[in-house]
Amino acid sequence: MSYFIDRRPNARNKSAVNRQRFLQRYRSHIKRAVEESVNRRSITDMERGEKVSIPTKDISEPSFQHGPGGRRTIVSPGNKEFAEGDRLRRPGGSGGGGSGEGQASNQGEGMDEFVFSLSREEFLDFVFDGLELPHLERKQLRVLEETRPVRAGISREGVPARINIVRSMREAQARRIGMRAPLKRALREAQEALSQEERKDPVLRNPARIDELKAEIARLEKRIEAIPFLDTYDLRYNHLTNQPLPSNQAVMFCVMDVSGSMTQAHKDIAKRFFLLLYLFLERNYEKVELVFVRHHTVAKEVDEEEFFYSRETGGTIVSSALQLVDDIITARYSPEQWNLYVAQASDGDNWDDDSSTCLQLLDESLMRKLQYFTYVEITPHAHQALWEAYDTVRSAYSERFAMQQIVQADDIYPVFRELFRQRTQS
Amino acid sequence: MTRRKPIATGSDWSFDVLEQYEHAIAELAREYRLDTYPNQIEIITSEQMMDAYASVGMPIGYHHWSFGKQFLSVEQAYRRGQMGLAYELVINSDPCIAYLMEENSLMMQVLVIAHACYGHNSFFKGNYLFRAWTDASAIVDYLDFARKYVAQCEERHGVEAVEQLLDACHALQNYGVDRYKRPSPISAAEEVKRQEEREAYLQTQVNMLWSTIPTPMSERAQEPPLDSENDPLGLHRHGRYPSEPQENLLYFLEKNAPLLEPWQREIVRIVRKLAQYFYPQRQTQVMNEGWATFWHYTLMNRLYDDGLIDEGVMLEFLQSHTSVVTQPGFDSPYFNGINPYALGFAMFSDIQRICQTPTAEDREWFPEIAGSDWLETLHFAMQNFKDESFIQQFLSPKVIRDLKLFSLVDDDRDDSLQVEAIHDDRGYRRIREALCVQYALSAREPNIQVWEADIRGDRSLTLRHVQDRRRPLGQSLFPVLRYLHQLWGFPIRLESVEGGDVVRRYQWPIPEPARESA
Repeated sequence: MSYFIDRRPNARNKSAVNRQRFLQRYRSHIKRAVEESVNRRSITDMERGEKVSIPTKDISEPSFQHGPGGRRTIVSPGNKEFAEGDRLRRPGGSGGGGSGEGQASNQGEGMDEFVFSLSREEFLDFVFDGLELPHLERKQLRVLEETRPVRAGISREGVPARINIVRSMREAQARRIGMRAPLKRALREAQEALSQEERKDPVLRNPARIDELKAEIARLEKRIEAIPFLDTYDLRYNHLTNQPLPSNQAVMFCVMDVSGSMTQAHKDIAKRFFLLLYLFLERNYEKVELVFVRHHTVAKEVDEEEFFYSRETGGTIVSSALQLVDDIITARYSPEQWNLYVAQASDGDNWDDDSSTCLQLLDESLMRKLQYFTYVEITPHAHQALWEAYDTVRSAYSERFAMQQIVQADDIYPVFRELFRQRTQS
Repeated sequence: MTRRKPIATGSDWSFDVLEQYEHAIAELAREYRLDTYPNQIEIITSEQMMDAYASVGMPIGYHHWSFGKQFLSVEQAYRRGQMGLAYELVINSDPCIAYLMEENSLMMQVLVIAHACYGHNSFFKGNYLFRAWTDASAIVDYLDFARKYVAQCEERHGVEAVEQLLDACHALQNYGVDRYKRPSPISAAEEVKRQEEREAYLQTQVNMLWSTIPTPMSERAQEPPLDSENDPLGLHRHGRYPSEPQENLLYFLEKNAPLLEPWQREIVRIVRKLAQYFYPQRQTQVMNEGWATFWHYTLMNRLYDDGLIDEGVMLEFLQSHTSVVTQPGFDSPYFNGINPYALGFAMFSDIQRICQTPTAEDREWFPEIAGSDWLETLHFAMQNFKDESFIQQFLSPKVIRDLKLFSLVDDDRDDSLQVEAIHDDRGYRRIREALCVQYALSAREPNIQVWEADIRGDRSLTLRHVQDRRRPLGQSLFPVLRYLHQLWGFPIRLESVEGGDVVRRYQWPIPEPARESA
């Protein structure tokens, strides 16, 4: 007796739970590997998973085993030239007989790294683990432009396409039971009376009464019959109402100084920072738009390619960029409808008098509209006037303004983590 | 014999074709008296095969990170192309569940049906170890019970607590079997029913055992033991507990560990019962694979002789069969120990040869079976042995010569290895003896038993390792002792004994001064 079953349509990923358990257990190992890899790999690579290796000894499942030493006899196949009594040099020096035992070398010291792959999702989860999106407050639309139909219970009126069959049938059944009950009771009584009458001695029977009862029974049966199976009265419809949709869109302004003092290395560092932020926002908003603003003495909105790779020279006026961002916001991205983020990267240089202008611009206009402003300064040198100015802003808007210094590429990830560290609720 | 038309040709298969082949194989199997459980043949995808792999072949299992680790390593190896997945996986259950991968070619599917559904299946049903240790009809229900119970415990006591406990139990799962007792068969219904009673009963028993108040060693030494006059009932004279050494560590812990909660005892029991289910498989690898390989070879050849498969399929089969039974030599880069398929297939084929065309050598070595009915003899060999005794009984000089087996002595007191025996007249018996020992479970795993639980003293548990030929325990023993300590709740001592003398002592927790010096 045999039978075939096609299991292919069944669920895959039976091991998903066990896989998650494993990742959970070795969280700290995996996190370390992920951090290293973020620093190492080019940022355009973020869209794939990662191979992670953990020292085998850390994840071994111990059991009682024989250690090396003592006397053992090993039988192996494939003798070519040995004769009884031959003495052979121990292979690989001191260790006692690893070669003979296939089992031992399988799990033993042969492989000291346990390697496996994280999917992209898992990888990014680890990258952003413990990070908090700064002020993820959903913008409520004042003008209800976008709505979404949501279930709002059951109603008696509606279009046929929304009939709730289960509820309608339940109503119909209740109605049928309710309407039949008195009729059935009367029918039962009439039938009993009839059979009583018929059981009587023929002499004592009352034919008029019998006819009357029979008519009554026929009438009742007809009435029961007439109760409809489904009445329009029973119909129930799924009720939908339109709910205003909280805004789930964000725009991220990348602002970068492209003056002569910013080298390509600086730009690469900045690029990584922007991409991390972009990935981060992308995971939290359904729609993220990017606006690239670069500046030297004047600011200009450009596309991504030009933003990162075209060369410019000249001095630096930061406020020009901030002003442009402000203008773009006013023109295209109303703070009521968009979550606004600004990420700025610079080497800290600025025109002497300009920093106070920046301060004023931020304080009076920009910071009121933004969800968050991050500033990274890519320089090994001491801070200049711009940093001082921003520091003032930070103390005024400590919840929504962050700034950090980056010296080299390795710093990006820790700095990024620092910027978006989950703030414990006090 | 009239040659029939091939059922199908080429490499594509369909359910219809597979069913026809299955019928044809079943017919042949009946002819060869292969007695099997009903077959439940499931076609799965490669992802599902990886899942099946990760759960060590259990169709359902409780959740544990180690299965996740298993899954990740299989997935990684498969993706990198280092490893092909097995073409089949078969579970010792009634009905016997066999997984076939959808990627397999027609030939592969037919081969797997012959190999798993008739080879392994008849082995599961016929071999004495499986008959004694496993209950094929109950296993799936039991696994389901175990999964639900563990999940329940996770809900009630937290995933972490259960995981810790399972870690500790897994470390000891090779020590969860009474080798010389017939175990009671497992049954899920029974388990659920008895569970509550058992919980209550177990707890009272344990409490009684541990009702004495512990006294530290130092205090106890000062009290002189009461003589027979003051203690006429002998209450203070006591022997060791347990009075006999216990080899089933998990059973001993389940019944005697003083601090375990009832649910923890249940989980120890579950791990122990599952270890028992896999116990026969660990001891019959060569036989099981050899038997299945022998039958797929025989059955495929019959299908070809009868004309049910054509030359193309047959050639593909021979190529695949040859790679399965290849035994690379010890010095080959592909060498990975003795290939159980190769050794088992060689031995079963050789038994058939000895029966059918015995030589003078065979008559001298195997007077009972030389020239006997081969099918009868083969079934007898399959039913009544395990790897160790099978090799002891049936490894013939011809197989030793064919595989060019030789034995090496590796002694740490000697700076070179010595060739003890090769495939010649003087060596046959010695090689057979050495190979038999190599497959004996008792030589592969250290022999460790519960020696004493100090129920009147510091409650420490002492284990004894009977050391064999000066082979010490490996470094992994300390983590295992730590797990034992978690289960037992009081200090663990381990003594290695050889020839009646204690040669080494281990302890957990490591005593303070030792820790400082380390």
